[in-house]
Amino acid sequence: MSSLQSLDVVARSATTLPPPQARRTVEVAKLIDVSTCIGCKACQVACMQWNDLRDDVGETHGTYDNPRDLSPKSWTVMRYSEVEQQENNLEWLIRKDGCMHCEDPGCLKACPSPGAIVKYSNGIVDFISENCVGCGNCVTGCPFNVPRISKVDNKAYKCSLCSDRVGVGLEPACVKACPTGAIQFGSKNDMLDYAETRITDLKERGFAQAAVYNPAGVGGTHVMYVLQHGDKPEMYHGLPKDPQISPMVSIWKGIAKPLGVFAMLGAIAASFIHYVRVGPIEAKEDDTSKDNA
Amino acid sequence: MASAKLLDRYDRTTRTKHWSMAILFILAGLSGLAFFHPSFFFLTGLFGGGSWTRILHPFLGTAAFAVFALIYFKLKNHNKFEPVDREWLAKSGEMLKGNKAGMPPVGRYNAGQKMVFWAMAIGLLVLLVTGITFWQPYFRGYFPIDVIRVAVVLHALSAVVVILSLITHIYATIWVKGTLRAMTRGNVTEAWAKHNHPLWHKEVTGGK
Repeated sequence: MSSLQSLDVVARSATTLPPPQARRTVEVAKLIDVSTCIGCKACQVACMQWNDLRDDVGETHGTYDNPRDLSPKSWTVMRYSEVEQQENNLEWLIRKDGCMHCEDPGCLKACPSPGAIVKYSNGIVDFISENCVGCGNCVTGCPFNVPRISKVDNKAYKCSLCSDRVGVGLEPACVKACPTGAIQFGSKNDMLDYAETRITDLKERGFAQAAVYNPAGVGGTHVMYVLQHGDKPEMYHGLPKDPQISPMVSIWKGIAKPLGVFAMLGAIAASFIHYVRVGPIEAKEDDTSKDNA
Repeated sequence: MASAKLLDRYDRTTRTKHWSMAILFILAGLSGLAFFHPSFFFLTGLFGGGSWTRILHPFLGTAAFAVFALIYFKLKNHNKFEPVDREWLAKSGEMLKGNKAGMPPVGRYNAGQKMVFWAMAIGLLVLLVTGITFWQPYFRGYFPIDVIRVAVVLHALSAVVVILSLITHIYATIWVKGTLRAMTRGNVTEAWAKHNHPLWHKEVTGGK
């Protein structure tokens, strides 16, 4: 699902050579200011509408989270966390969850199917469904638990950051719909600058630990948060403090691949050379022309 | 020379199991390699594309394991390590150089064959157990992500170990002439037995 051209691809799953990258576009980012989010879910509705997705009606579990989780048809979900750090000071922390569009995407690293996951030069990480084989490796690789595999078609789905809209100069649907301006979209540099003004404001209002969430462990993200409590991202429905691609995934999709191939091809080559240099073992009395099966 | 006397080595049931296992193992291996490294992704073409390869691989692997299990119970007692195996292994470097004369006499299987047997047994078991944890879509949902992340590494590692064992297994058959017929026709020549497995030869012929 992409309207961007192959010129804009900077990384492609299961591909060993660099993709065409003569053109460089500006890196974009979506900035979600948790402190000005009112939890109206207009972003969820806009996401459904633009992407033409209608999830099944689920069931409540006593909170405002609806649907309860991300799904192949719900690419963004508001997470409502009720936190009481000090007595009689309830905070309602509402985080719009979805793909973070990592600069170093674990899903792309883990994907075995060439071109099923691409990263554009603007930073968007996109799933190209026609190339998806349904193995679930993207789920294994993702540090944010975002991709969902459909039980109907066994394809992986997640937020595309509206790559089709961004590709023609529009902002993502959720940004367009947000009534409070809590979701902003622009170049990554502009978003970082804007985040600084928000953080300054929050600090003046007593949130000394206010910070932007742009985790370095995954090379930064193209979806960032402004958090009132930047020192405790876990309070926001378990947002990881220092997310990174699991070392297991790094071994599996890093050193293991060339070493494994080298070992296997090396064993075949060594066997052949051994035969040529040393020759076979033959039982002398045998007529060997007959006993080769 | 008169036609060589033949000694039975594998009955037809074992031969059937072996070749069923071999075919399933190779299919499971090729479909798995397709996902191991991008340079092998073209192998998905043998199985009807990427999605079909993903669907078939775990069934092929499980079937290969099931047939191997039958072979395992038939042959495991013949593959117990004995004191002579240590000596054989210590001298195996000489054998690789072509000096077979100094090797201690071995029975039905030498230490190298036993190592291949156990590498296969352990490797296939690890492949099955780890593979189940991320078998999409049937079992994956029952396992936590941290378990799956360890499992994928162990799965790849065991796959490399069993494929190396297979390469060793096939090469040994090419290297030691007269071996293949044991598994294709079920028997070997007496000269082969005396030369390569003298203690086994003594055992089945009564020392004649």
